[in-house]
Amino acid sequence: MSTTPHIAYLDNGDSTQVLPEVIEEMLPHFTEWYGNPASLHQLGLRAEETLDEAREKVAGLIGAKPAEVFFTSGATESNNIALEGLRRLHPKKKHVLISPIEHASVRNVVLRMEKEGFVELEELSVDGEGLLILDSLREKLRDDTLFVSVIHGNNEIGTIQDLRPIAEICHEKGALLHADCAQTFGKIPLNVKDLGVDLASFNAHKLHGPKGVGALYVRKRLKLRRLFEGPPQEQGLRPGTENVPAIVGLAKAAEIAVRDMDEVMPQVNELTKQLADRLQEIPHVQINGPEIGSKNRLPGNLNITFKYIEGEAILMSLNYGGVYVSSGSACSSRSLVPSHVLTSIGLLHEEAHGSIRYTLSRLNTQEDVDHAVVETAKAVERLRAMTAFIPEEHSKRESEHATTFYKQRKEKLD
Amino acid sequence: MAIKYTQKVIDEFTNPENVGELDNANAVSTEGSPACGDMITYNMIIDPKTLIIEDIRFRSYGCASNIATASMASKMAKGKHIDEIKKMRPKAVTEELEGLPAVKIHCSVLAINGLKSAIRQWEEESGLVDPQEPIITEKIVMEALRDVINPETGLSLTKMNMVRHVEVQDNKVFVEVLVGETDEMYYENIVEEAREHIESLPGVIDATVKLTEIPVA
Ligand SMILES: Cc1ncc(COP(=O)(O)O)c(C=O)c1O
Repeated sequence: MSTTPHIAYLDNGDSTQVLPEVIEEMLPHFTEWYGNPASLHQLGLRAEETLDEAREKVAGLIGAKPAEVFFTSGATESNNIALEGLRRLHPKKKHVLISPIEHASVRNVVLRMEKEGFVELEELSVDGEGLLILDSLREKLRDDTLFVSVIHGNNEIGTIQDLRPIAEICHEKGALLHADCAQTFGKIPLNVKDLGVDLASFNAHKLHGPKGVGALYVRKRLKLRRLFEGPPQEQGLRPGTENVPAIVGLAKAAEIAVRDMDEVMPQVNELTKQLADRLQEIPHVQINGPEIGSKNRLPGNLNITFKYIEGEAILMSLNYGGVYVSSGSACSSRSLVPSHVLTSIGLLHEEAHGSIRYTLSRLNTQEDVDHAVVETAKAVERLRAMTAFIPEEHSKRESEHATTFYKQRKEKLD
Repeated sequence: MAIKYTQKVIDEFTNPENVGELDNANAVSTEGSPACGDMITYNMIIDPKTLIIEDIRFRSYGCASNIATASMASKMAKGKHIDEIKKMRPKAVTEELEGLPAVKIHCSVLAINGLKSAIRQWEEESGLVDPQEPIITEKIVMEALRDVINPETGLSLTKMNMVRHVEVQDNKVFVEVLVGETDEMYYENIVEEAREHIESLPGVIDATVKLTEIPVA
């Protein structure tokens, strides 16, 4: 009799399993109440009511009013509608700021704006853990700064930004603050009013909800220019028939995540910390980002560099051993250019190349951690036995790099 | 974006052959660097009478396909006459592996170049050829660009007619590359790869690589 090999899914930062309760809640909206919310008959009304309920639920969970919540196809779309929507409405405000550790769905949007000549783009500085240096924000804000965009919880290194002071500094200068909350939603307490943000992006598939659905919070009275034309759904901001079942799934998954947060997240943190401690018994490793379990670290996120070997080779070895993880950033693992997030916090290219991200969720078990530890130790040992990378050369580059990196950073700040 | 490897690549990655080094190697090479994220070293024993590669070992720092191509190339080189290897194209390794994803084609270039530079080093030391003259010409730069792969297509810049202009002055090189329809996400990669290949030519002091986008209008 053969036993099925254990699979440890430790890539919840990329996507998660949809909880059975969520699926159950969604199903009748495919089969029974399939009307279009814009239709005038009974099934249309039913769908519209469903949307209203979901909107109220999501608004309540983030401390917003229902009219401030717009449903989208996910955080990528929310980020695009927010930033591009502002840009189109304010052609005279020519300056925008982002953190250097934004997700591609923010970074590439503003890079495009800059390339097409609409804005001047500047990047703020972060420290060695990825926390925004407030002085760099004070220094770079201008009278014509339209917006600042900051990732609330970083998907690669798990840094959680303290948004409140960032918002205050932005508002003093008349700039708007957008936060990408895709990773923090459902993992830490989140209230848009307390955070002071003007716009915030969310999605469902990082918190055990379905893919392809998300939301954008837009502070009352703040206007955006829509990106595409059609019928006037979502107050005219996002035309197109709403994905009602998915929106129901988003609301349900978020509700469960927030409801269970106090119970679940300490457990997730406990397992993550244990995994980190046990992986650190492997020689020549380094944890990237803030201290695991601290208030500035996303629960469940562990980013670790295994020196002298390359991340994709580790990932592939783990894959064949039934452990599913990400290397560097999931989105850039196809190009050899190292993750800009990791180089922004001062990692050498070769340190960035050797980084692996484990992201745990409520569904992970002790067995998953045990399995990951065994498989990782095996993979690292095997790859190091054949590596061409000579550690001494690295140490030399490392000390030279540290000296210049911190000198430049200091000069930038002085 | 999942990377899809052939079973051959997976097998070669999980069970590579000829790993390590040889105590009595007479030909060695290192291609790539840790900063680039891929690096291969080869150790060989070349029989000076028969010019046959009698034994070979490799070490690899890099992704799964880097390890697989380094291993496969070592197997293909073992027992062969050096002239045969000198004529070998990266495609031969790719075919032996039953294909590589476009973004990974550059691994086969690295492996083949590794074999060739080990042979070259041995030939120079044995007095069979003159050490390379460090006079850089446009032709030499073009040759080097043959090894730079557009990760979107898996084809070289020269094959895709992307090299618009090459200029050499006092061993400083300037290259203009037309990106055409290539996705922006590969720009940085192409610039880095091209610069690195040119700067690794003996004698080159500096390389500037400029990308030109063809206007869409
Ligand atoms: C921080 C962050 N922002 C945005 C996104 C994109 O979200 P979506 O997949 O819903 O478009 C992700 C996830 O991929 C993310 O981690």
